[in-house]
Amino acid sequence: MNLYFRRRLANGIIMTLSVAATGFGLLWLVLVLWTLLWNGVTAITPALFSQMTPPPGSAGGLLNAIFGSVVMTLIATLIGTPTGILAGTFLAEYSRGSRFGEVVRFINDILLSAPSIIVGLFVYELMVVNMGHFSAWAGAVALAIIVIPVVVRTTEDMLNLVPDTLREAASALGSPKWKVIVMISYRAAIQGMVTGVMLAVARIAGETAPLLFTALNNQFWSTNLNAPMANLPVVIFQFAMSPYADWQVLAWGGALLITITVLFLNIGARALASWGTFKP
Amino acid sequence: MSPASLRQSMPPPYRPATRPDPSLQQKVLIRDIDFYYGNFKALKNITMPLHDKRVTAFIGPSGCGKSTLIRVLNRIYELYPGHRATGEVIIDGENTLAPGVDLNLLRAKIGMVFQKPTPFPMSIYDNIAFGIRLYHRLPRAELDDWVESALRRAALWDEVKDKLRQSGLGLSGGQQQRLCIARAVAVQPQILLLDEPASALDPLSTQRIEELIAELKADYCIAIVTHNMQQAARSSDYTAFMYLGELVEFDETELIFTHPKQKHTEDYITGRFG
Repeated sequence: MNLYFRRRLANGIIMTLSVAATGFGLLWLVLVLWTLLWNGVTAITPALFSQMTPPPGSAGGLLNAIFGSVVMTLIATLIGTPTGILAGTFLAEYSRGSRFGEVVRFINDILLSAPSIIVGLFVYELMVVNMGHFSAWAGAVALAIIVIPVVVRTTEDMLNLVPDTLREAASALGSPKWKVIVMISYRAAIQGMVTGVMLAVARIAGETAPLLFTALNNQFWSTNLNAPMANLPVVIFQFAMSPYADWQVLAWGGALLITITVLFLNIGARALASWGTFKP
Repeated sequence: MSPASLRQSMPPPYRPATRPDPSLQQKVLIRDIDFYYGNFKALKNITMPLHDKRVTAFIGPSGCGKSTLIRVLNRIYELYPGHRATGEVIIDGENTLAPGVDLNLLRAKIGMVFQKPTPFPMSIYDNIAFGIRLYHRLPRAELDDWVESALRRAALWDEVKDKLRQSGLGLSGGQQQRLCIARAVAVQPQILLLDEPASALDPLSTQRIEELIAELKADYCIAIVTHNMQQAARSSDYTAFMYLGELVEFDETELIFTHPKQKHTEDYITGRFG
C-alpha cells in the first residue's frame, strides 16, 4: 500500500511539473502574440498596402517593403528549391554508403545551423563588394543560401522514407534509374518535399541579418533588382528602433504581417503533410 | 573412419537429372553461382536449370539464399553497393551476368513480384501503364487494351474495371498483389520471379494467386520462393531445396516430396527442422 501511494505521488509530481513547464512556455508565446496583435492591428489599414514607407512625421505604408520581401523571397525560393531538391536527391538516391555523400550531408547540416548573419556577411563579400553596391539580387542569393540546406535535408529525409521495395519493383520492370526517381520516389515523397519548401519559405520570410548586408533598404518604390530594395524585416528593424511614433506603429504592422504569413505557411505545410498520410 | 565411409556420410554433389521429356525446354541455366553480401558468402556454387512453361519452387529455411538466388536472375541486387555475384546465368544462350548486358532490356524479359505488395503511388491504370510506357509508345485506345488484358490475365479486371482511375493503394492486400502480377505480365516477360508472393496474404487470396500461377504457367518460365511447403507441393513442377547457401537437392516436385534423396531434404519437408 505504501509503495502504491509513493508511485501515485511520484506520478502526480511529474505530471504537475510537466504541465507547469508547458504552461510556462505557452505563456510567453501567448504574450508575444498578444502584444503583437494589440500593437499591430491598428496599423493594418488600406494605407499599409497602398503607400510607400514615409519619412518621419508623415503618413505612409509598407507597400515597397512588402513588394521587396515578396520578390526576394520568390527569387530565393526559385534558386533554392531546385538546387536543394537535386542535392537531396543525390544524397538519398545516388550516394548511398559513399564517403562523399557522408561528407556532403555533414556539411549541409553545418550550413543548416549556421547563423544567418554569417550568410549575410558571406554574400556581402561575394556580391556586394564585387558589384560595388547593395542589391536585391544579393539579398535573394543570401536568402537562397538559407533555403538550400533546409530543402536538401527535408528532401533527403522524405526520399529515405520511400521503401526500397518500391524502387526495386520499378527497377525490376526495367525502368532506368532516373525514371524510378522521378516517377516513383518523387511521387511517393512529394507532399513531404513541398512541406519542406514551405517551411524554408517561412524561415526566410522573417530573416533580417542576411538582408542587412545585402539588399539593405530603400525608402522608395523600386523594381530594379540591381539596386537596394526595401524589405519587411529591415524596415521593421529600422522603424522599431526609431524615436518616431508613426514609424513604430508601421513596424508593429509589418511584424504582424510577417507573423501571419509564417503562421499560414506553417498551417499550410501541416495540412499538406497530413493530407498525404490520410490518402488511402 | 575410413575416407570412403566419410565420403559416404556427406551429401553427394547435385547432378542434373537427365529425364527424356520432349516438351521440356531449358529456359535458364544457373551455373556456378556464388553470391556475396560484402564479405559474407550467401550462395555457394549453385548450378541448376529452370524449365520453360514449368514452375520451379525454391524452399528452405530463412536465410538459406532462396530469394538471393532469384534476385541474381534479374540482377536486381545491383541496386545495392557491395552485393555481387560470380558465375553464369544463361538465358536463351546468353550469359546475362556478363558485363555490357543492357539491364533494362534484361529486366523487361524477367518480371518480378515481391513478398509485400508494392503498388506504385498512382492510379490502378497508371500502375499497369507504367511498365508498358517504358517500352512502347501506344495510342490511347491500344494502351487501354493492353492494360485491360494485363488485368484480365491477373484475374483482377472484374474487380477494378470501374475504378481504374483510383489509387492502387486503396486495394486490398490480395488485390494489390494481383495488381503487381498484372503489372509484371503487362511488360510481356518470358520469365516470372515470385518472391514469396502469398506469404503476406490470407488463405483465400493465396488460393487465387496459386490458381493464377497455374494459369500463367502455360506461357512463362516461373520461379517461386515459398515458405509454405504445401504451396510448393501444389503449385510447382520442380523443387529446389536450399540450405545455408547451398543447393541441397533439386528434382521434380513429386520426387522431392515423396522420395527425397537427401536426409536434409526429408527432415525439412517433414518439419523436423527449419
